[in-house]
Amino acid sequence: MSAASVRETAVAPGRRGVRIGPVGLAWRPRVFWCTVTALVTVLVLGVLGVAIGSTWIAPATVVRALLGLESGPESFIVTTLRLPRVLTGALVGLTLGVAGALTQTFTRNPLGTPDIIGVTSGASVGAVAAIVLGGGTYSVSAVLLGGGIPVAATIGALIAAAVVYGLGWRGGVQSYRLVLVGIGVSATLDAVTSYLLVRAKITVATAASQWLVGSLSSTSWSSVWPLLAVAAVAVPLALVTSAALGIGQLGDEVATGVGLHVQRHRLFVIALAVVLTAAAVAAAGPVGFVAFVVPQIGLRLAGTNRPPLLLAGLLGAVLVLAADLLARSAFPWQVPVGIVTTVIGAPYLIWLLVRHRKEMTR
Amino acid sequence: MILVPAPIPTLASERRTSPGPTTTALGVHRTAVRRRVTVVLVLVLVLALAAAASMLFGSNRIAVDGVWAGLTRTGSGTEQAVVWGSRVPRTLIGAAVGAALGIAGLLMQGHTRNPLADPGLFGVSSGAGLAVVLGVYVFGVTSTGATVWFALAGAVVASVVVFSVTIAGSGTASPVPLALAGAAVSALLGAVTSFIVLTDQDSLDAYRLWVVGSLAARQLDVLAAALPFLLVGLVLAVWNTRALDALGLGTELAQGLGENVVRARLVGLGGITLLAAGATAAAGPVGFVGLTVPHVARALVGTAHRWTLPVCALVGAALVLVADVVGRLVGGFSEVEVGIVLAVIGGPVFVAVARRRSLVSL
Repeated sequence: MSAASVRETAVAPGRRGVRIGPVGLAWRPRVFWCTVTALVTVLVLGVLGVAIGSTWIAPATVVRALLGLESGPESFIVTTLRLPRVLTGALVGLTLGVAGALTQTFTRNPLGTPDIIGVTSGASVGAVAAIVLGGGTYSVSAVLLGGGIPVAATIGALIAAAVVYGLGWRGGVQSYRLVLVGIGVSATLDAVTSYLLVRAKITVATAASQWLVGSLSSTSWSSVWPLLAVAAVAVPLALVTSAALGIGQLGDEVATGVGLHVQRHRLFVIALAVVLTAAAVAAAGPVGFVAFVVPQIGLRLAGTNRPPLLLAGLLGAVLVLAADLLARSAFPWQVPVGIVTTVIGAPYLIWLLVRHRKEMTR
Repeated sequence: MILVPAPIPTLASERRTSPGPTTTALGVHRTAVRRRVTVVLVLVLVLALAAAASMLFGSNRIAVDGVWAGLTRTGSGTEQAVVWGSRVPRTLIGAAVGAALGIAGLLMQGHTRNPLADPGLFGVSSGAGLAVVLGVYVFGVTSTGATVWFALAGAVVASVVVFSVTIAGSGTASPVPLALAGAAVSALLGAVTSFIVLTDQDSLDAYRLWVVGSLAARQLDVLAAALPFLLVGLVLAVWNTRALDALGLGTELAQGLGENVVRARLVGLGGITLLAAGATAAAGPVGFVGLTVPHVARALVGTAHRWTLPVCALVGAALVLVADVVGRLVGGFSEVEVGIVLAVIGGPVFVAVARRRSLVSL
């Protein structure tokens, strides 16, 4: 297996590629076409997501309103009510997908979601504490709109990640040790969350559980901007680091020999994953399953030896947008999007596993 | 594929302990065996102390002679009631659950060759959880004596589904789809559980208490229901130890050594399911034990499964008992559930173990 990955990551002589400054990309038609298809799907789902709602707005009108050519009630519905939700959904999917691809690659483990760096557990403790401890005095939606929960979640996520990284440090960070430390820290934090949930009043526990599943129901433009800023900076940085990620997979000794500064690279990758995940979780809660499933789907669709970053991000956006569409339209009550992402993503991964029988047994 | 299992450790550690038939090497080997025997003996002592503490301490304050009188059925009515109605069941269930989860975790990590695998990965916990929630939602069942049957049924059905997916996908040969299919099915079942729990507050109330894992309010009938599963699971696990050592070298090498890989997998998966199902049914999904105890065992006695198996059982049992006692003492009348205490105490301890320099990777 490792022999195959060496052969694929090394630049084959005569292979065509693109070079922009320090970034070189090999031309892989299958990855390219998968990415283009995913991008088109994101756009279509985005327009549909704005079009579908309690009142139907024709897609043509949606596009005109987005371009600023429309005025009146449709324009208001599109830009003020529905666009923030769709944008948040797409960005949450994008950031979680890229973060998941990063962590799965650097831990060399398909179960290595961003959760293992403690981000999700930390964010959950912060948010659930804000909901449970503040729940007696004011309503949850007020806290959400006031920025209380996103801030609490972000603080929790960053502290937890810093603790995991700090404790994992021992003359350098080694991914196996980091994973184990992450397990320990996450378990402790999750227990705190459980404790808060068990001791809370049942109505408050319901609200907290809703947040823990991941939901887009209370999004506004104020949840879009921080997420957009993080995505705009961190996603390009992640793409730039893609080549180094491939080298990092060869093991520390080889990577150092090839000229990669392993520790600096690792800190950079972890920081990117943490920031991306924290932004997504602050905006919509820990939307279930996206960071785990999307890189695995991307890997199988594109036929690469590690999750393709951009494709994973776009597939994440596809998954969350489709899930939100389904959540809003197919159920009598607004099902949290995190449930639907799992209900769509899990069977698809299972189907891919069954179909790729031959590829999997190597 | 990105899962390039990290350097194969069994070889290295075996080489370290038994490098060859020279006299000095035999001496080294003998020291290693003596060390392992010492570890096992110390752990037996720790377990005995933990069991004694579990018998002696609780919200009803009874002196040592009172506990003994209650145990021998010569004490007062209260003493007998407390000892036989609460302390004995808790101690036995706690020890059985801890040992079963420790062994199940070891088998799980051995078969998936993944340090992030816990016994719940095959859908056992999520299947049991869904069944418990359905029991509350559809039939209104909340007593622990009845819940145990729902949990057992759900656990077995869910793991059969995971087996079918993996077998359809890869013929059980490769560890990667095993972990992925398990994670996908678990997430799917968890999403259905979330859906029900968020619609129905009574279900959430029952579920949030069940899901943290507790030994409280359980009588011996709970243990009687789970015991057959645990015993058969234990037999399968012991039968599986040699095969696991071979599988640790990689599927192809194990096949080359004459191991029947498919049979080994089926025996192992059956063992994991029965052990985890019995334990989860008795005490709820105590995830922490199965995830972390195997790492502790490998740090103590290396990777040979004939050693790690008993060590996992002992560490798991002692851990659960100690956590249960602490939970009884710190909470006063409203005791803290064992699952929460386990992670809050065990998390930092596990981090400390993971930070050791001589880390045994899987």
